[in-house]
Amino acid sequence: MPSEPTLGGLLHSQGVSRRAFLKFCSTTASLMALPAGIAPAMAEALASARRPSVIWLSFQECTGCTEALTRSHAPTIENLLFNFVSLDYHHTLQAAAGDAAERALEEAMHANKGKYLVLVDGSIPLMEYCSTVAGHSNKESLEHVCADAAAVINIGTCSAYGGIPMAKPNPTNAVATGDIIKDKPIVNVPGCPPMPLAITGVIAQYLTMGKLPELDHLGRPVAFFGENIHDRCYRRPFYDRGEFAETFDDEGARKGWCLYKLGCKAPIAYNACAHVKWNNGVSFPIQSGHGCIGCSEPRFWDMGGVYDSVAKGNFGDGAKLGAAAIAGAAAGASAAYLARRKKTEIAEGAHGDE
Amino acid sequence: MSLLEFARGPAIHAALIIMVAGFALRLLGVLVLTRGADMSRPRDAFGNFKGYRTVFSRAWPAGEFTTTTRYQTVVAYVFHIALLLVIVGIVPHIEFIQSLTGLSWPAMPNFLGVALGTIALASLFALIFRRLAKPAIYNSTVGDYVAWVVVALPLLTGLMAFAHVGLRYETMLALHILSSALLFAYMPFSKLMHAFWFIFSRAQSGLAYAHKGVRI
Ligand code: SF4
Ligand code: SF4
Repeated sequence: MPSEPTLGGLLHSQGVSRRAFLKFCSTTASLMALPAGIAPAMAEALASARRPSVIWLSFQECTGCTEALTRSHAPTIENLLFNFVSLDYHHTLQAAAGDAAERALEEAMHANKGKYLVLVDGSIPLMEYCSTVAGHSNKESLEHVCADAAAVINIGTCSAYGGIPMAKPNPTNAVATGDIIKDKPIVNVPGCPPMPLAITGVIAQYLTMGKLPELDHLGRPVAFFGENIHDRCYRRPFYDRGEFAETFDDEGARKGWCLYKLGCKAPIAYNACAHVKWNNGVSFPIQSGHGCIGCSEPRFWDMGGVYDSVAKGNFGDGAKLGAAAIAGAAAGASAAYLARRKKTEIAEGAHGDE
Repeated sequence: MSLLEFARGPAIHAALIIMVAGFALRLLGVLVLTRGADMSRPRDAFGNFKGYRTVFSRAWPAGEFTTTTRYQTVVAYVFHIALLLVIVGIVPHIEFIQSLTGLSWPAMPNFLGVALGTIALASLFALIFRRLAKPAIYNSTVGDYVAWVVVALPLLTGLMAFAHVGLRYETMLALHILSSALLFAYMPFSKLMHAFWFIFSRAQSGLAYAHKGVRI
């Protein structure tokens, strides 16, 4: 953990120029739709910001979210900012283990009562024995730690919406943080993994303005999740012209045509991938030739096959349709047959009367 | 479950089941019936052939009515052709059909799909305006208006979803799928069944007339 008391000190000690820092602030400010003139003030506030206490709880997760944030190729301001927070508890990153780690958690909670942020990755199994830490089920830990928190930030789709652990058949009966914690402000930063800039953007805004960002109807910061990826996709002209790659190695794929038919879920996905991009702005999935899998949306894993387009139905095979055709035909034919028989009977009856 | 998940999953599935069962039920329920035995000798030796010919000849109004029915004939043709092309011609629809049947074919460019969809919707309005303007001719029932709404909704929501107007895309798409589901489920049990019946009813009346020696 860095020893500098302020973010400014830390960045300086890491050789980050003021110019680079200002650039980060103006990018973040513009992404978060804050007024342009706020960048210097933001830089000022951030540079002198004190380290907030952060408790990171990991439940049913794959550590990909932590990896995305901390393993960027070169140290970025994003991960420096993240390093700056006083990460008082994080299974993967903390040095302490066992009782010492749990003690650190209790101390942090006690010392920063009502002020610390809880960052959660991973979903919470309602079959509580499925995931426990230090003898406590995930649900117990979450409820205990959130009780005195200032706010909860869900890192990744699993804690935000249940994610992959909650995908059918959901063997552990997994739920999202928001299904358990009802009385604290919650910010969802979904993604599998989420964009590092979205994580730090939320933290930066909290540090500078002392408040959480504006959220959409799914609890996501509008600044990062307000735009449809399909609307920002550079392959969109191909979509509009109806030029689609049919396979991953056909001529269309080589020419960079739209990936809709290969299952691109971007038309129903909201994230900053298309304009912020990944790995310091190098690329994003669609640019590398693979459709979006809609990882920032609830239940994305159950939205039909990864390679099935959005237009396809999502109800398994057509077996029931075949059965319906047979049942309908049988019912129709027998009704008609009965009517026929009745007609013959009446006709015969009429003849008999003559 | 979001609206789109409901639409793409249980809603469209149930609608397709109802539609398939309904088509089979109604088709066989009628076709298996006998026609009344005919005791008379046909007036026209080619009666059967001429009867089947009506299936095509009735696709256009008889000469005497050309002028009086020109408006609805032309508009109805425009509507049906545009609608059919949109249903089988744009990429998302082909994708949907392919997921059900495994069949696929080349699609038309999207702008053409939008143009045809707009034409279909406009002609549908042109038809309803005439129906409303001339109640004495159409003698409409509630079913006529319900069928119109049920057909117009998927067109309207589909165009809106494509153009990204109105609600968010996923919501518009869900509404488009839901309104199509309504159309599918409603079709077999309404006048929209004419998509099948027109062949049989024309042939039947052609046969009956030919049998009696009526000029057709
Ligand atoms: S690749 Fe995906 S996001 Fe890009 S235009 Fe095609 S469907 Fe839209
Ligand atoms: S492109 Fe889609 S699947 Fe990929 S990271 Fe972005 S939101 Fe997730």
